[in-house]
Amino acid sequence: MKDKGMKNREYAEKKEYGRKFFFWGGTALCLAVAAFSLCLGNIHFSPAQLAGLLQGGGDRVSRSILIYARIPRTLAALSAGAALAVSGAVLQNVLANRLASPGIIGVNAGAGLGVTLCCGAGMLSGPAVSCAAFAGSLLTVLVIFLFSRRARASRTTVILSGVAMNSILNAVCESITVLDTDLAMLSIDFRVGGFSSVSYPRLLPALGLIALGMAGLFTLCNELDVLTLGDETAQGVGLAAGRYRMIFLALSALLAGAAVSFAGLLGFVGLIVPHFVRRFTGNESRRLLPMCAIAGAGFVTFCDLVSRLVFAPHELPVGILMSVAGGPVFLFLLLRRRGVHDSVPIDGKRKRRKRSGGEVSGDGDEHG
Amino acid sequence: MVEIRNVRAGYGKSEILHGINLKAAPGEITTLIGANGSGKSTLLRAVLGFLPLWGGDVVLDGISAKKMRRDELSRRIAYLPQGKNVPDITAGRMVLHGRFPYLHYPRRYGAEDMRIAGEAMDRMGIRELAERQMAQLSGGMRQKVYIAMALAQQADIIVMDEPTSYLDIGQQLKFAQMMRELSEDGKTVLLVLHDILLALKISHRIAALEEGRILQWGTPEEILEADTVSRLYGVTVKTHRTEAGTQYFYEI
Repeated sequence: MKDKGMKNREYAEKKEYGRKFFFWGGTALCLAVAAFSLCLGNIHFSPAQLAGLLQGGGDRVSRSILIYARIPRTLAALSAGAALAVSGAVLQNVLANRLASPGIIGVNAGAGLGVTLCCGAGMLSGPAVSCAAFAGSLLTVLVIFLFSRRARASRTTVILSGVAMNSILNAVCESITVLDTDLAMLSIDFRVGGFSSVSYPRLLPALGLIALGMAGLFTLCNELDVLTLGDETAQGVGLAAGRYRMIFLALSALLAGAAVSFAGLLGFVGLIVPHFVRRFTGNESRRLLPMCAIAGAGFVTFCDLVSRLVFAPHELPVGILMSVAGGPVFLFLLLRRRGVHDSVPIDGKRKRRKRSGGEVSGDGDEHG
Repeated sequence: MVEIRNVRAGYGKSEILHGINLKAAPGEITTLIGANGSGKSTLLRAVLGFLPLWGGDVVLDGISAKKMRRDELSRRIAYLPQGKNVPDITAGRMVLHGRFPYLHYPRRYGAEDMRIAGEAMDRMGIRELAERQMAQLSGGMRQKVYIAMALAQQADIIVMDEPTSYLDIGQQLKFAQMMRELSEDGKTVLLVLHDILLALKISHRIAALEEGRILQWGTPEEILEADTVSRLYGVTVKTHRTEAGTQYFYEI
């Protein structure tokens, strides 16, 4: 009969094997979707034609389609998906709430308002738009965080305050576009979200910001894990919890803002992808964040591909497709949370009260 | 050595600690007792620098805690808080995070950290739980993981807030034995305990807190002689001396 230790080791090895399979399988799938995204559209390229075009062969029109339409579009879908998914995973860990995501708590809407104001002021250059989106998303995160801290808000209240921020920011955005008719046309595409009008000048500065944000987060995986232990435990092992929380919020806002600056308001990526990935990787950031990036990139690129092909030659904005798919998933998550105790403030400290029962008080129910 | 010198602290505008003076010496177990709301946990939080001091100072081995960086403080003090999150990570990883104060950029755990974390798990008898998720463990098992995490920190001062919560009586006695061993190793152990009988049994010194002030500080015998337990909790503790040592029990 096997002892407990051996059984646990076998279980761990099996799980590790599963994780590796998920990682490499996901990466291969993501690359395959990216290749399809380069090949398929109103004009299809075969893999051989694609290889020829990438080496500088083929006719001029096909090469132009590939270089000026398909490559930026695929790059945009990959990077926006990766950025939003990682941003969602980080927000969920930092706010200790699995329902947090840039789309739901108003981070995307903040970026959207930043972009609208920037365009309204006549600044249409790529760097200006990216910076405005980042500033908008960062300000939104800060407002939600400070409100939650000050009110010692429960996780539900944090989400609801984010939903309220979302509503306020969208209303302000709407008002601006109603008053400025030139912005109205831009606004429709932007609010729905999509990659049909992506260009290099808009994409490249944002890609730089995304690379910066990803690099920052991937080097701070241990800090992020320690932060999720709760403020007092984290400080007990030497992490300046308050400072690092702000750093993580800023980096997640950077990712979301940069993605929104060229992709518009894509909803639900930051919510669905981390939820799906956590089932396979667990909550440890060194596994979670890279896999979220791969899965998010693959998911958004796949949705973009479907939106291009399903009504071809017409195109369905990818944001609509993702909302149609994401809405039911969100409802499913809410149903699964039914009955879960949800009155712990975001800093994990309960108000003083007599303890009952044998379970550790804290927010384990959220992470469990 | 932890020296608490005339410490005043509180939340918002209300002062909870009104000038506390206390010394916890190396090689000794010092336990804080007191009714709910007497300021025990607040005092620990002030010692750890989680609460800004309104007055006074906390001196660790001759150096003011105010002058220490957070990671430096964590290498000197291992802390087990009262209310803890239950993160969705494995027990082994949780214990490994006890080595966090020793990491330098880019902060990756090495073989030495894993060895020390493994030893801490062995000491708590939870090595076989290393791959189990924290959320899958019972309250008592989780508590052992947290204690192992504090041990992995290898600090000279160990501060624990109600560490025996969720432990059954057998585990409580093992815990008491372990605290004794740590103090014999020269560690400074500062505990908050609600179990007065356990506090009397294992402590070298007891500080009785009442409404943010030290009511009495002394050995268990001195605490019993002054009838401090009766004043704090309204119960009387009797002693019975046997060959195995002094036994304590409540008079009902």
